[in-house]
Amino acid sequence: MGMVTSITNYGRSGLSDWMAQRVSGVVLLCYVVFLTFFMLTNPALTFNEWEALFQQNWMRTFSLLALLSMIVHAWVGLWSVTTDYITTRQLGAIGTPLRLFLQGVAALLAFYYLVWGIQILWGI
Amino acid sequence: MLNVSLYRYNPETDEAPWMQDTQIDTAGKDLMVLDVLERLKATDPSLTFRRSCREGVCGSDGVNMNGKNGLACITPLSETVKNNKLVVRPLPGLPVVKDLVVDMSMFYAQYEKIQPYLINNTPAPGIERLQTPEEREKLDGLYECILCACCSTSCPSFWWNPDRFIGPAGLLQAYRFLADSRDTATEERLSRLDDPFSVFRCHGIQNCVSVCPKGLNPTRAIGHIRNMLLQRAT
Ligand code: SF4
Ligand code: SF4
Ligand code: FES
Repeated sequence: MGMVTSITNYGRSGLSDWMAQRVSGVVLLCYVVFLTFFMLTNPALTFNEWEALFQQNWMRTFSLLALLSMIVHAWVGLWSVTTDYITTRQLGAIGTPLRLFLQGVAALLAFYYLVWGIQILWGI
Repeated sequence: MLNVSLYRYNPETDEAPWMQDTQIDTAGKDLMVLDVLERLKATDPSLTFRRSCREGVCGSDGVNMNGKNGLACITPLSETVKNNKLVVRPLPGLPVVKDLVVDMSMFYAQYEKIQPYLINNTPAPGIERLQTPEEREKLDGLYECILCACCSTSCPSFWWNPDRFIGPAGLLQAYRFLADSRDTATEERLSRLDDPFSVFRCHGIQNCVSVCPKGLNPTRAIGHIRNMLLQRAT
């Protein structure tokens, strides 16, 4: 598979992808558990309380970490799915250009969500 | 009468594969699927399949029976027939050469990649390289593989990337040599496996485990390889 493949990640370490997938999964789980716990312990949650939570710097950092984890998790997962199904082997000549296009769209979307998320988190 | 449906394809005369429906009188006997195929071949010699040992040793007659891969010679009808019907197809995911015979080149190419032989460049001792009984025991559940390809051809990850994912059979053998106390190429072997495809395309679905006619567990071996890669990196 040689040199050219590193740009499309074929040369990357499979172990680091695998670890990234696990670590980001754990972070997302923690975030969901925390938010669920917060809502359960504040049943009559008002907007002001919710806003106060997100004005704490640690909560913003935690949320940003969760957002980054989501992006990593989605990227590794989608990369894996696209390299399973959207390939020359499955679709013929269109496979590789289509896969690169879809991966590009996913990367752009991820970047857009990251910027948007930071704006929301530090804009309130 | 048992209803039998056979996958037929002769690339020289058929435009596309087709299913041949036929019947066979088993006289109430619980025949092996291979016996059924042999009997049908007696009446239609053009029916093509591989077989050799007819006792689950050589690994030649891996086929897909009623949706599940296995060795035709050691699969009794009672184990596979549903609603009095037996459907036999070639192993999925590999190119069909003729009828039930598939081209195993991709499967063997993956096997070759893992260097399925002992590597040890230290001078050989006078008699043999000794192992303790404990060291030898580590190879149990690994060396018994007969390379029938039932596992790899039941693995979706191998279907999609047969040129890049080693597949359960190859990985079981990769671990067989990683686990061998006499082998000194552990580092080289591991570095050849640490890309996103060779090992990490396994998603632990365990199709491989459920079909192995020798009762082996490739998923567990793959887990061991992953742990070795993890330990090497940390
Ligand atoms: S456990 Fe891994 S190797 Fe076995 S069938 Fe599933 S993906 Fe394939
Ligand atoms: S692991 Fe089992 S199913 Fe796979 S090739 Fe070896 S004997 Fe056949
Ligand atoms: S014929 Fe040898 S394993 Fe079935």
